[in-house]
Amino acid sequence: MIEPHGGTLINKALPKLEKERIIEEAHEFLSIKVGLSKWKEIKNISYGVFSPLEGFMNQNEMLNVLEHMYLESNVAWPIPIVLDVSKAEIKDLKIDDNVILTDISRKPIALLNIEDIYEYDKKYFSQKVYGTLDASHPGVKKVFNQKDLFLGGEIFLINKLPSEFPDLDLKPIETRVLFKTKKWDKVVAFQTRNPPHLGHEYVQKAALTFHDGLFVNPVIGKKKSGDFLDDVIIKAYKTLIDNYYPENRVVLSTFETEMRYAGPKEAVFHAIARKNFGCDYIIIGRDHAGVGDFYGPYEAHEIFKHFPDLKIEPLFFRSFSRCNICNSVVNDKICPHPQKDHTFFSGTKIREMIKSGIKPTPDIMRPEVADVILKYQNPFC
Amino acid sequence: MTEKNNHKVKYTTVSIPKPLVKKIKERMKGTGFSSVSSYVTYVLRQVLSSIEEEEKSSQAFSKEEEEMVKKRLRDLGYID
Repeated sequence: MIEPHGGTLINKALPKLEKERIIEEAHEFLSIKVGLSKWKEIKNISYGVFSPLEGFMNQNEMLNVLEHMYLESNVAWPIPIVLDVSKAEIKDLKIDDNVILTDISRKPIALLNIEDIYEYDKKYFSQKVYGTLDASHPGVKKVFNQKDLFLGGEIFLINKLPSEFPDLDLKPIETRVLFKTKKWDKVVAFQTRNPPHLGHEYVQKAALTFHDGLFVNPVIGKKKSGDFLDDVIIKAYKTLIDNYYPENRVVLSTFETEMRYAGPKEAVFHAIARKNFGCDYIIIGRDHAGVGDFYGPYEAHEIFKHFPDLKIEPLFFRSFSRCNICNSVVNDKICPHPQKDHTFFSGTKIREMIKSGIKPTPDIMRPEVADVILKYQNPFC
Repeated sequence: MTEKNNHKVKYTTVSIPKPLVKKIKERMKGTGFSSVSSYVTYVLRQVLSSIEEEEKSSQAFSKEEEEMVKKRLRDLGYID
């Protein structure tokens, strides 16, 4: 089985006794409230989805990532994982202090040992991660709304985030045992933030033809307005898998994190997380994790040539369409017929149809999947 | 060997024999790499990664952990 990124599957969950001791002593520590998206990052660090990270990045680590897309330990890492705080929140804190990170109700989530408190340049950060300073980019907008300082340091999980989909909430150690139990030697990951149309199904089945198992791993978390609700995506996938996939060849599980819309860099980030889940390959399609026209359609393919040591292999797919002459799903590498004979699987077009209450036709989307989506009065964020 | 700071990210200069640089430049043509430094960094990462892989035997969990995990996977219906 593919080794975890950086060689070790990180586990920062405190043992029971240690956890009880920290909870008892929690009133002795200063605390900082963190929002839902940071909860998810804490969970991902703690259970090894972000291996080899053991906490939020300090300044040197962050700068290395921004500048080189590598950690100081020379392990590939394209996007900083950071904790933003205000000056007021850290006024009584200093390096080497322990601070409790809590949810909004003051329930302790994690203990953080402060290794660094530092300012950062929002323009430099945005330009490096998103390749733009355009405020209409959701990632840039988020950075400019962040608090002014970053807190770096190792974390220790006290309480796990309750999952929105507890029956689909698997840690990397669990997916790894699952793949081993299923005797899957080579596993392909599929990242998604949309309900599946026929193009997605075609790509997944094309990959599955050559490998043992498919790991469908939707991103569950904060998304931009107009994206599909998490619940819609999950129910749509369950329906597709139940009706159209062979038993024991597919695992559906959630990846709880926010969408960053960082295009090519996020593609590499997605690959690393899936490697930690135990996947050998990841499908990278057209404009992976992109938004608007900020990234070229195949920039997320190109970036992988900078990472010869990633180990998880990207499977590059181009955009798919239905050719009316071939009478099948095709792409530009396998079909000679002109575009006028093609029906394209456009996510935007499908969203527009659903908004208008129109059921996508069976040559675009499986009827069972379309029915699931149309049951929602408003299936969008 | 010299070092410089750029946004606190350290770079190091290493010496490479000129005939080798010439050969690297030839090899780089058409690869999309913009400098000898970026190409050499890429090649070194690839070489180090292969060596490290040979040295390691990966096992992310113990037998005991595996049995505990299997119980949860059964409870969730992922395995029989």
